[in-house]
Amino acid sequence: MMKKVFKLIPLIALVFFVSAFSNDNTTHNHGYDVGDVIEDFKLKNIDGKMVSLSDYKDAKGFIITFTCNTCPFAIAYEDRIIALDKKYASKGYPVIAINPNNPEAKPGDSFEAMKTRAKEKGFTFPYLVDEGQKIYPKFGATKTPHNYVVQKTKKGMVVKYIGAIDDSSRNPEAVSETYLEDAVDALLAGEEVKTKKTKAIGCTIKV
Amino acid sequence: MSVLFKYLLNTILLCSYCLILFYYLNNMRRLLIISLIFFATACKDFKEKKEVGTIESVLPEQKFNQDIELEIYDFEGFNKFLNRKDEKTYVINFWATWCGPCVKELPYFEKLNAEYKGEGVEVILVSLDFPHVYESKLKPFILKNKLKSKVVVLNDDNENKWINAIDKSWSGSIPATIIYTKNERKFFERSFTFEELEEEVKQLK
Repeated sequence: MMKKVFKLIPLIALVFFVSAFSNDNTTHNHGYDVGDVIEDFKLKNIDGKMVSLSDYKDAKGFIITFTCNTCPFAIAYEDRIIALDKKYASKGYPVIAINPNNPEAKPGDSFEAMKTRAKEKGFTFPYLVDEGQKIYPKFGATKTPHNYVVQKTKKGMVVKYIGAIDDSSRNPEAVSETYLEDAVDALLAGEEVKTKKTKAIGCTIKV
Repeated sequence: MSVLFKYLLNTILLCSYCLILFYYLNNMRRLLIISLIFFATACKDFKEKKEVGTIESVLPEQKFNQDIELEIYDFEGFNKFLNRKDEKTYVINFWATWCGPCVKELPYFEKLNAEYKGEGVEVILVSLDFPHVYESKLKPFILKNKLKSKVVVLNDDNENKWINAIDKSWSGSIPATIIYTKNERKFFERSFTFEELEEEVKQLK
């Protein structure tokens, strides 16, 4: 009988701990929402130079993608991200890729590995390191890939779209909805983005 | 409790054996009979334990040699696993072989399934692996790790639709877990330890 009572004490403690923890989680996950103005950042590119959004004087906005070397979903989208940059950089919406993973937690996402991957794939856009994992929480990114479209306005850079590139990560040939392209096209046409948020499976950001 | 009792019994037996040894030191015949009885009971105990041990270690070995058939569903087909209305507690874990944190917590789900099966808890492991790795990675992973919980595969391109259908709060990262009974449902976009899992299951029951 006594043994049972003793067994219960850590369990009760755990209940309190877990409930406190889960509350914490829900409040911490919030980052930028559609309509929010984002802060500019200054992050190191794979060529060693620092990159900020304010460096792009002619940009009308950006396609910001949190991606990495190691996640199969991120890899599945690499070619589609390159295609997006080819299509939209000249129209004023260049791609900015940010690797949010801590290389200590995921060695395959080290600075050297990023350089190698970018060279292999021929990235035409900056591939930035989120050193200290400080920028991704501001965006509220939870996974790779996690994509944002922002538009330059008088207020600043405003979030116009958050989510997936399209509706078929597994199979590029089965894509029927090109959410991100539709969003940028709408912005270029001066229209409201119809689908502002979508969801897709991705790899948890490794910190 | 029964283990403790057995230890106590063995200690008493051992003590009485020493006493008998002391008193009957000069009577060799009696001593022989008593020691025979003592060793016979001890041996019987040992034999029983050994038999139990061999059964457990042989079964997964046999399983390892068999090929397995994957249960693959689109979301519509898979949905039934999320809406059972019986007396059981269902623990639905979304994972993939490439997902490090998922693979790390799988043993805890396996342990939960093994220890709470008799108490109406069923673990279902939902693989989100890409179709082209079913044969090369997923099947070998299931066999190598001797997964005993039910494994199903969810293959549905329209993630934006089914992620929201599973839970509005889910951003789409894995591991993710649903624990539900016919009365209550909880969704978690996070990793678990065994103790945390056990606690959540107990809270729902």
